Formats: sequence, structure tokens, C-alpha cells
Amino acid sequence: MIFTGTVYRFGDDVDTDAIIPARYLNTSDPQELKKHCMEDADPDFPSKVRPGDIIVAGKNFGCGSSREHAPIAIKFSGVSCVIASSFARIFFRNSFNMGLPIFECEEASNDIDEGHKIEVDADSGVINNLTTGRQYKAKPIPPFMQELIADGGLIEHIRKRGSI
Amino acid sequence: MTIAEKILAAHAGNIEITPGDIIKVDVDIALANDITAPISIKAFEASGFEKVYDKDRVVFVMDHFTPNKDIASANQCKRIREFAKEYGIGHFYEGGDAGVEHALLPEKGIVLPGDFIMGADSHTCTYGALGAFATGVGSTDLAGVIMTGQAWVKVPSTMKFIFNGKLGPWVGGKDLILYLIGDIGVDGALYNVLEIEGEAVEGLDLSNRLTISNMAIEAGAKAGIIAADEKTEAYVKPRAQRNYNVYKSDDDAEYLSIKEYDCSNIEPQVAFPHLPSNTKGISEVGEVMLDQVVIGSCTNGRIEDFRIAARIMNGKKVAKGVRCLILPATPQVFMDAENEGLIKIFLESGAIIGPPTCGPCLGGHMGILANGEKGLATTNRNFVGRMGDPGSEVYLSGPAVAAASAITGKISSPGEVMI
Repeated sequence: MIFTGTVYRFGDDVDTDAIIPARYLNTSDPQELKKHCMEDADPDFPSKVRPGDIIVAGKNFGCGSSREHAPIAIKFSGVSCVIASSFARIFFRNSFNMGLPIFECEEASNDIDEGHKIEVDADSGVINNLTTGRQYKAKPIPPFMQELIADGGLIEHIRKRGSI
Repeated sequence: MTIAEKILAAHAGNIEITPGDIIKVDVDIALANDITAPISIKAFEASGFEKVYDKDRVVFVMDHFTPNKDIASANQCKRIREFAKEYGIGHFYEGGDAGVEHALLPEKGIVLPGDFIMGADSHTCTYGALGAFATGVGSTDLAGVIMTGQAWVKVPSTMKFIFNGKLGPWVGGKDLILYLIGDIGVDGALYNVLEIEGEAVEGLDLSNRLTISNMAIEAGAKAGIIAADEKTEAYVKPRAQRNYNVYKSDDDAEYLSIKEYDCSNIEPQVAFPHLPSNTKGISEVGEVMLDQVVIGSCTNGRIEDFRIAARIMNGKKVAKGVRCLILPATPQVFMDAENEGLIKIFLESGAIIGPPTCGPCLGGHMGILANGEKGLATTNRNFVGRMGDPGSEVYLSGPAVAAASAITGKISSPGEVMI
């Protein structure tokens, strides 16, 4: 699968309270959550993000709470994938379980700017910066997690195999 | 092997494991709260499974937006209550039975040394203080556990931290963990386990140890483990609802890193906005005027925390213009505080007493900050907007600095008011 989109840039340590503030967690409805996606980092984000757009951030993206509402809010706001130099571990697991593609790539994270158009090949992890012509390679996804994705997420994986 | 590796191996059928392996483990306790359980329930119901893996090992605690702050929150709790009833969940806590989950579960002996615990709450790592491997996950991961009793885990490396020497005046578990996070940063232990030991830690009671393990996640860690000792056994034995195992790291265990701290250099710590790693010693804080002080939460809402706060606030008044909230983390803590005369001390000082709830810690309710306001809290996170308006600021400290600051109206050393 290939994702092509315009980049929104965020810094290091973007926490889950910035991605979806706790004050909105009295619901888990994706349509409600997406209205407040990234609101405390950039109040205009929910109104300006377009389907296919890509978030590029620094280190430790998604740190803090375990709330799955965070990848849900990002996914339903139309963002096609997130690239960061590293992800907080609970956010990393949640994104796979929610079907939000994420890519760890320090080089891409350092080089890509707000507004760049980029193209991400989810299978190979190759990221092409269409604005600058530069290319980067994301860390490969561990085989077990590829299996989860192929099965359609954790719950489908368990249904198919009867166990984890 | 380290404690973490021993617990994981024991829960994976006594296989040989190496950091980096992905293994399947049996889960002793699966936990969710009023915010995370609804998504788990939705995933469980969509799966077609007809029963939970073990109704006595699934725990639901209604603590975040409770007492229900609005209609949507009430509906979330209702959905969980109905699920708990339908599936015969043994541990469903709500109303007068409920407290802040990570204070409640150790108190009730539900989580024990040697356990592998998964909770749909990032502060599940608190139970590491009992010598357990406890880690936070999302709701869908937890749904998988509720269905199968198992989870997949990547075996983490362990980083050892040794706190040498004796603690200075008014220094407690919160100050040690803030100091550590300030040193290694909010991703300093990303994907790894913290193993915490040393003379200073051995001297701490379980309450202070639970505070330390509680904030392991604030360094990005998967777990924060303190080996069980006689103090742990004395705490756990009268409460334990089942058998448990005590593990120690081998002398030749392999660590990713080993770091030692000299506690004589550690003074009470304050984390400045907007990261828990943004720490300063109390002597370097300068003048920070406050609008609100919160003492409570899974980090510092146990009776030992309120004893410290009451000792400082006894006979003194909360500064004019400061709202001081006291939130005992469980009904038992509340009752102990009442029986020991602490509630009277707080009321006479002009503090507000609230029910056991996470409430303001995550900006839910019961103490929200307005734009431009500053709050000092004994909680665990000070991200932008964490306690209310995105234009407010949260500072973090232990109960002693929080109590002293409530009296002076600005961030203060306990020494300033205890002359």
C-alpha cells in the first residue's frame, strides 16, 4: 500500500493529552474524538487536516496515557500514517491494534518539513519526499506484527487462530 | 536473569528467553477503568467470545470521571456495569467500593509479587513495587487478554538504578523518581524495564515504593520493578487473596545499564511544565505563585502521603486565593485519615476534601484550572492541558512540598513552614 499526503510537523514527546485531551474521553465515538485531534498541540489541526495527510514528529510520539482514543482520533481525522523517530511503547502497540500505520525513521523525521508532499510505501518502508526528491528507509516491522496486520488486527488474529 | 525475565519466563511456560524475543504469556490480572473498559468491551463483544477467560481475574474500577461527571460518563459506567453483571466479573468496583485503581488493587491484595499484570491504564506499572511485572496497554490488547488470558510481549532489557545512602529531610519516593526521570528524560527507558534498588529504597515503606514504580511510565518504561523484601511480605501477606511467588535478580543477571545515585545530593524535587522530566531541586525553584494545590492520585494519595501533609498543615491556614484539594485515593485511606484526625486538620486549614477519584489529575473534573492558572499537584503528569485549560500550568511534587506550598501560596520547601 502507498500513502501520499501533505505533512503536518510536530516536535518531540508529543503526548496523548496533546493528541486527544482527557476532557473528551467521556466518549469513545471516533466521530467525536476526531473533532479534537491534536487540539492542544495545534488548535487548528482538526479543521485543516485533509484525508491522506501525514503526521511527521520527533522522538517518543504518543507518550503518556494508554488511551487507544489517541490512534483512533488520528486515524478517523483522515491521517493516513504517522512517521516519527521513535514511538512510546503503548502507542506503538495501540496503533497496530487500531490499524493506524506508523513508521519509525529518524532520518525522515529530521529531514521532512511542514507542507512537504511525501509518499510512503508501507510494504517496503521506503519514504519518498516528493518536494525535495530525497528518500529515506523506515525500520522494518517485526514479523509477528506483520502477521497481526495481515490477519486484520489483534481481535481478528485471535478469532482466526483461537488464541494470541 | 533479572526479576523481569524470571517473571516473563515463568508466565510463558518456563521457556528460555532473551531480550528482543516476542513471547506469549499468561496474564494473572487484567484491569480496565471507566475510560478504557468501554473500548475493550466493544472489541470483546465483536469477537463472538461467549465468556471471559477467568471472571475472578478481570478487574474493572470506575475511578476516572467518577462520581459520574456528566451524562456521557454515566453512560460509560452503565455499559461496564451491565457487562460486569452479564459476565459475572468478580472484581467490579464502583461508588463507595471504588478508589483510584492503582491505590485500590494493592490495598485489596488483588495484585501480588511475581504476578504478570496487564492493565488498560498506563500507570499499571505501579504494581512493580510489589515485585510484579505490571504494564499498561491499550483497550484492544486488554480485550485480547479478557478473551484468552494471554498476551504477546516483547522481552525487554532491564536498566538498573541504585539509590545509595540516606534520604535528606522531606525527601520521599516521589522525589527519587522525579530525580531519575529528570536525569534520563521522558524516553530514557523507552521499551525497557527499570529495576530500582539500593539502601534508600530498602528504607522506604510500600507507599513510597508504589510512588516510584507508578512513574516508571513517565520515563517511557514498560515496567518499574522493586524486588520484594520483608517489608513487601509484611504488606502483602495479610491482604493476599491467592498464592504468590517472590523473585530476585541473579548476581550475574545482564543489564542494559547500571546507574548509581547518591541520595545525599537529592533534595525535594519539583517538575516544571510541561514534562515530568523538567525537574529542579526545591532550592532552585524561585518564586512560583499558585492558584491550586492537589494532594491525591495513584501516585501520592495513600494514608502515608496525607500523614505528611497533615503534619505540615496542622494549625496553619491555606493561603488566601489558593484552592487546596485533598483527594484520598481509596475509601480505606479516607477512613484512616478520618480516624487519625487528619481530615479535621485539613478542614480546619481551609482545604477542600473530595471523594476518591482521579478527577483533576487528568483534567476530568473536581479541580480544573482556568487559562493562565498554576497548579501544584502530587500527581504524575504535567503535560499541556493535563489539568484543564491548555493555557494553564501544572507543577509536580511530593506531598511535603505540596502541603507547604498550599500554606504559603507559592512553591515552597517544607522547611519554610516547619520552623
